[in-house]
Amino acid sequence: MRTPLTVKLFAGLGPRGWLAVAAIAFTAWVLVPMAHLMLPEGHPLHVSTYAITLIGKILCYAVVAVAMDLIWGFGGILSLGHGLFFALGGYSFGMYLMRQIGREGSYQSDLPDFMVFLDWKELPWYWTGSDHFLWALFLAIAVPGVVAWIFGYFAFRSRIKGVYFSIITQAMTYAAMLFFFRNETGFGGNNGFTDFKRILGYSITAPETRLVLFGLSVALLLAVIILGKVLIASKFGKVLTAIRDSENRVMFIGYNPVHYKLFIWTLSAMLCGLAGALYVPQVGIINPSEMSVANSIEIAIWVAVGGRGTLIGPVLGAGIVNLSKTWFTTSFPEYWLFFLGLLFILVTLYLPQGVVGLWAKIKARRAEKAAIAASRADPAPRAPVSESKIPNGTAAKGA
Amino acid sequence: MRVESSISRNAPADGQQEHWDGAANTGHVLKPGELDLSHGVMLYLDDITVSFDGFRALNKLSLQIDTGELRCIIGPNGAGKTTMMDVITGKTRPDSGKAFFGQTIDLTRLTEPQIAHAGIGRKFQKPTIFENHSVFENLELALKTDKRVKKSLFARLFGDDLDKIADTLRQIRLADQADRPAGLLSHGQKQWLEIGMLLVQDPKLLLLDEPVAGMTDDETERTAELFVSLKGKHSLMVVEHDMAFVEALGGKVTVLCEGSVLAEGDLATVQADPRVIEVYLGR
Repeated sequence: MRTPLTVKLFAGLGPRGWLAVAAIAFTAWVLVPMAHLMLPEGHPLHVSTYAITLIGKILCYAVVAVAMDLIWGFGGILSLGHGLFFALGGYSFGMYLMRQIGREGSYQSDLPDFMVFLDWKELPWYWTGSDHFLWALFLAIAVPGVVAWIFGYFAFRSRIKGVYFSIITQAMTYAAMLFFFRNETGFGGNNGFTDFKRILGYSITAPETRLVLFGLSVALLLAVIILGKVLIASKFGKVLTAIRDSENRVMFIGYNPVHYKLFIWTLSAMLCGLAGALYVPQVGIINPSEMSVANSIEIAIWVAVGGRGTLIGPVLGAGIVNLSKTWFTTSFPEYWLFFLGLLFILVTLYLPQGVVGLWAKIKARRAEKAAIAASRADPAPRAPVSESKIPNGTAAKGA
Repeated sequence: MRVESSISRNAPADGQQEHWDGAANTGHVLKPGELDLSHGVMLYLDDITVSFDGFRALNKLSLQIDTGELRCIIGPNGAGKTTMMDVITGKTRPDSGKAFFGQTIDLTRLTEPQIAHAGIGRKFQKPTIFENHSVFENLELALKTDKRVKKSLFARLFGDDLDKIADTLRQIRLADQADRPAGLLSHGQKQWLEIGMLLVQDPKLLLLDEPVAGMTDDETERTAELFVSLKGKHSLMVVEHDMAFVEALGGKVTVLCEGSVLAEGDLATVQADPRVIEVYLGR
């Protein structure tokens, strides 16, 4: 007997959660497009193209942050190479966008400009099928997935853990960056892919296209959060957090942690790839700097700032860090990295649970104050709250 | 008796059981991976040696535990008690020697999760439970079931499982704590929870490393009662320093010293053995 997925989904979020999902979806698919298309530019409620692109970009980052949190916050595995999976997804989908340029490039050739520049006569074999949208989308998920699976299989099987694992992931993304920097690799060298013109035949700069991409980013983020919720609430999620807390115990009660880690690691990489595929058409460029070590570390900082081990935390973290990055890099570009470093140190020292932890702390303090005030107003001793008995517990667990 | 019953149980009555080459010679028909207790031996360690950087933690250790037996292992610090458990559970591979579970299962070739599935449960010296999970969830995770990823993604608890968890909760006296995070339990309760996690796995052999450390006298007494009640249904190997507890368990006692067996017998005999007195008092 298996619970139907729909029931599971419904139980996973609860009515308030679903209301929030509906409200966000409505805003993204109805209100924002209306504000963008129907209101004149000077209107105070007008949403500019710049804002849509910026928020769309941050939404893609937020998906990466949630994917990162699944393995770090819940699985206890800190990856400092998640930028690689994001970039692989971006490159896979970027190939399609390059092919969509057609003969409109500077050299008016069927080949992408950089290949003409390198004097290549035909597409390399791995570009086969890149003119098909669905194939590109498939690659954007499959390539990061396969790379992650192979890497993870050997790393987890060899029981590489903690900082050693983190360092190897860093080396992995760095090596990939060097590889993609080479012109011979066939992905545009250090310039990467840019100058996109169309997606599925529609102009990529048209407001409607941008709005659809924006709406899809919102949908993807919501879907990833719901998926995360269901996963964490399942027995799989419990085993995952158990591995994080005490891997030995998990092994001695008969679970093989390698398979569990490999599953969540690969899933996380695939979600990053999907985010990368949505990111590239919105920002209009992908190059090897996305694979730089600093980028991957930033992903970890988003999650740490927002709050590890919660699903909403990484979203908040990605938003806070990237909005301040946008502001800093226009106002004081040279101080951004100092600020980022400072932020990370402060969060680690004073907010180990991130922004979400701060919120929980404030709520707990308020509840405490309220309880004290209540006990002063009502000096009669209150009946001790009885611990819930097993039947309650089992009912809740069985759902 | 045991031999007979085992043969009749394993007789190829249905004719569908797989025969493998050894079967015809030994008279046993065993499914691969099935525990063969036909000679009444649960665990058989023979001539096991483990060295760490030249230090011999186990030195030609030989030990045998019978089906349903309750065995206490005592010995001074560094005698190799924990290393022996590491060898049995697959955490450490011996340099030489044999370790068999039943007649057929070679423990030196299996991984930790495989050994757990074969039917060996282990309680660590320091209580090792999942502190962020509730008491109930700790037992739920330990429950004997298919523990592969695919099953865990869609796993549900059935009535039997709930009954089993509820029974175990009563047995370890944590029924009223089921929904509390395990990290909030007292030290003794954590020990009990870990024992409970072993019980729901339904292992054939339980390895218990200092199970009553940090328990009150009352809790220790109850633990002894629990272990004695398990005797017969399970084999137990208990490592303990608390002699009163060992006495309360009343089984055979093995004294380990410098990585091998020094003496074996009931507690009184062992305590009277001059060699044992020397290692405990001589230094």
